[in-house]
Amino acid sequence: MAFGPYLLLATLEGLVSAAVLALTALGLSLVFGVMRVVNVAHGEFFMLGAVLAWAVSTAFAGHPSIGFTAALLVAPLVVAGAALLSERLVLRRLNYDPEATIVATIGILYIIQQLALTFYGADARPVQAPFNVRIQLPWFGYSGYKLFVIVAAIALMLATWFLLTRTKIGLIMRATQYDRETAQAFGIPVDRVYAGVFAFGAMLAAIAAVLVVPTQQAHYLMGRDPLLLSFIVVIIGGLGSLRGTLIAALLIGLSDGIISVFFSPTLAKMLATGLVAMVLVFRPQGLFGATAR
Amino acid sequence: MASVTPPLIETRGLSRHFDGLKAVEAVDFRLEKGEIRAIIGPNGAGKTTFVSLICGRIAPTAGTILLDGADITALPAHKRVLAGIAYTFQITSIFPKLTVYDNVALPVQRRLLARGHVAPRDLHAGVVHALERVGLADRASGMAGSLAYGHQRLLEVAMGLALEPRLLILDEPTQGLSDGEIETFIALVRDIASDATILLIEHNMQVVMDLAERITVMSSGRILAEGTPAEIRANPEVQDAYLGTQSHD
Amino acid sequence: MTGNLTSGPRIWLLHLAVIALLLAANFLLPEYHRGVFSRVLVLATFAMGYNVLFGYTGLLSLGHAMFFAAGLYGAGLPLFHLGWGVPLSFASGIVAGGVLAGAVGVLALRTAGVAFMIVTMMFAQVFFLATLYFTTWTRGEEGLVLQPHMRQVDIAGVTLSLTDPSTRYLIALTLFSSVLLITLRLARAPLGRTLVAIRENEERVRMLGYDVYRSKLAAVMLSGLFCASAGAAYGLLFGYVGSGFASIQYSILPLLWVLLGGAATTLGPLIGTLFMFYVIDYTSSITSAYLLLVGVALILLILFFPKGLLGTVREKWLPWLP
Repeated sequence: MAFGPYLLLATLEGLVSAAVLALTALGLSLVFGVMRVVNVAHGEFFMLGAVLAWAVSTAFAGHPSIGFTAALLVAPLVVAGAALLSERLVLRRLNYDPEATIVATIGILYIIQQLALTFYGADARPVQAPFNVRIQLPWFGYSGYKLFVIVAAIALMLATWFLLTRTKIGLIMRATQYDRETAQAFGIPVDRVYAGVFAFGAMLAAIAAVLVVPTQQAHYLMGRDPLLLSFIVVIIGGLGSLRGTLIAALLIGLSDGIISVFFSPTLAKMLATGLVAMVLVFRPQGLFGATAR
Repeated sequence: MASVTPPLIETRGLSRHFDGLKAVEAVDFRLEKGEIRAIIGPNGAGKTTFVSLICGRIAPTAGTILLDGADITALPAHKRVLAGIAYTFQITSIFPKLTVYDNVALPVQRRLLARGHVAPRDLHAGVVHALERVGLADRASGMAGSLAYGHQRLLEVAMGLALEPRLLILDEPTQGLSDGEIETFIALVRDIASDATILLIEHNMQVVMDLAERITVMSSGRILAEGTPAEIRANPEVQDAYLGTQSHD
Repeated sequence: MTGNLTSGPRIWLLHLAVIALLLAANFLLPEYHRGVFSRVLVLATFAMGYNVLFGYTGLLSLGHAMFFAAGLYGAGLPLFHLGWGVPLSFASGIVAGGVLAGAVGVLALRTAGVAFMIVTMMFAQVFFLATLYFTTWTRGEEGLVLQPHMRQVDIAGVTLSLTDPSTRYLIALTLFSSVLLITLRLARAPLGRTLVAIRENEERVRMLGYDVYRSKLAAVMLSGLFCASAGAAYGLLFGYVGSGFASIQYSILPLLWVLLGGAATTLGPLIGTLFMFYVIDYTSSITSAYLLLVGVALILLILFFPKGLLGTVREKWLPWLP
């Protein structure tokens, strides 16, 4: 393949990564934006979504689209439930103290990961895509499903944006983010908002995982990379900023995809992580976020 | 050749703006050595901002600050403390989970470190001395956080004293104290004034009139008036802006 | 800290007693357990280094694996590739840790709280990826095996082999004791007092005339040096240098050990490491998912026993415990 088409292929791959990453990072960003806590177990909610997708879809015989649709409905809900449980049992009792929450979510990370190891096993298992259409471009054939992933992710992000900016629930969330005490004084059940946001954030990660898992395989350690990349996206894009998260996800997803095609992925990750750490050191509000209130 | 010793503190055109709000605006201020000076003014006048500029907690937007003739405008806060400026916080800022003893040990240690080695005996002596001056010597082993509020304020003063400062800045020190405690406090300040210059922000007019040799009145970021207590009491502008006819907080 | 003048001798006696007990253990413990203790002593040194920054200064780093690994690779690489002797390699590991700690400190101390945790975690991740990337020297995940013949020291005509269990144990104990006693000295010295105060109320410390940044930087460097010495010792004593030790797991474990044993206590790290080691040792023989216990332990600790074992003891019964 000539260079041009090769670059196009890399770009398409990058867009898929960016789409999935944007959804995942959005979940993390919302949780930090509203609750001001960092959820280190976020990657494990992602992994849980993928693993559950395998479990659900393999339970259905017949056309893979049935199993996949079931997975797309069930997995995020179960993950949301798990997140809710964590929030109730652990995070609330810590009063969302930032440092204690990080330690606790590290604990949750290990618990979820090891439970997956116990019940799902150490093997990587494939999940069948709902449909198997190949889009024929002049230079190469490309998976129609991957294009679907991009479209679906965009649709979900638009829906989330709509939810946040145009609905009452979104207004409540933003009010709580802006000023917790005043929100409470106005009768907003802050505790319930927190629970809802935490569950919603986990759900977004799970949905992203279900979407992407037919193109990879479900493995109990697959939460690590999404966690790190989401962190990077959220930091560069500015914690709590929707638009920043999107742009950063695009940047990172594309560059990660393109660089990985042409160079060593390890080197790419090294440079990305190092750069992001520097951003946090010298410009803590990220590239787009406003300085913390 | 200077024939007059420079004031302990002098500010020239000192200003601090916060996004358009002029908290402190073009203040020229002089504080002579050995004075007990009170700064009074309505809420939002810029008193705490002003003293925070002097002790270095906030950086100025414009103007200069001089300590005994030397320009300290660019000097970081901790170096100003070493140069002799001690500040006690408006909202009590001690170490609640450490003992009273350890609270005071820190500034004593700092003073001893500046001269070289910290001998345990000197540390102990310094702590005991500071605690005795404020009357907390018998509570040395208790947790600072379990002290009554009035005693916590005294602890803060003790911490300031332990530094053996040239200037002690007290930010609303009697707030929340009972009448009896205020009496004790006034006596303590008079005692301290024999070694140090005192700059005090106060709302309690009784304390101000009792203690202060001179008063600076601030309003809306500027100095409205300066003078002896009698002069200030008689000043119509001050009465207008702040005192009212009979009020004391 | 209050009553420094009276409880001093008691404290030193306690620590010397612990060291004496551990010395006796060399001759009393069955072989298997002596081997475990050797590892525990080195890792407890790692934990003590972490404790300096986390327990005493109150800075929670999620990247301390990089300091341990700096010592590990800083000692292992010259030994393996350049044929350096054991003492020189050990020194090299410590220096590597010190340099890294200095660089990380200068950068990371510009941040605070959550940002500090993330920045340290990311720096450690870069280090980990570097060990995977430069495979020519590090052999990546496979790692380097330091052969027994490389791990010998000649002292006064006698050849000590680091593969000998007794030698290994005694060297580990020497390292542990040294760092323990230095930490004890530090906790009771002006710097120790200052660091604790910074943890409690940083702004107040600044307004008492202290250069807070310099104190924190000193804490980061001491912490880095202790952790690197542990890493260097680990590689030299147990003969393996691999990137697993630079992974995030080895940043979480010292946090767990210190929390469990008691943050800001001198002997807490030893207790925490020992306890956790045996718990994991026992459970990993039953299931491969033993890290589940790490997760549960972290949550239980942070929820119900944030002071850890010795911290609770100190609070309830022995306030003089350093």
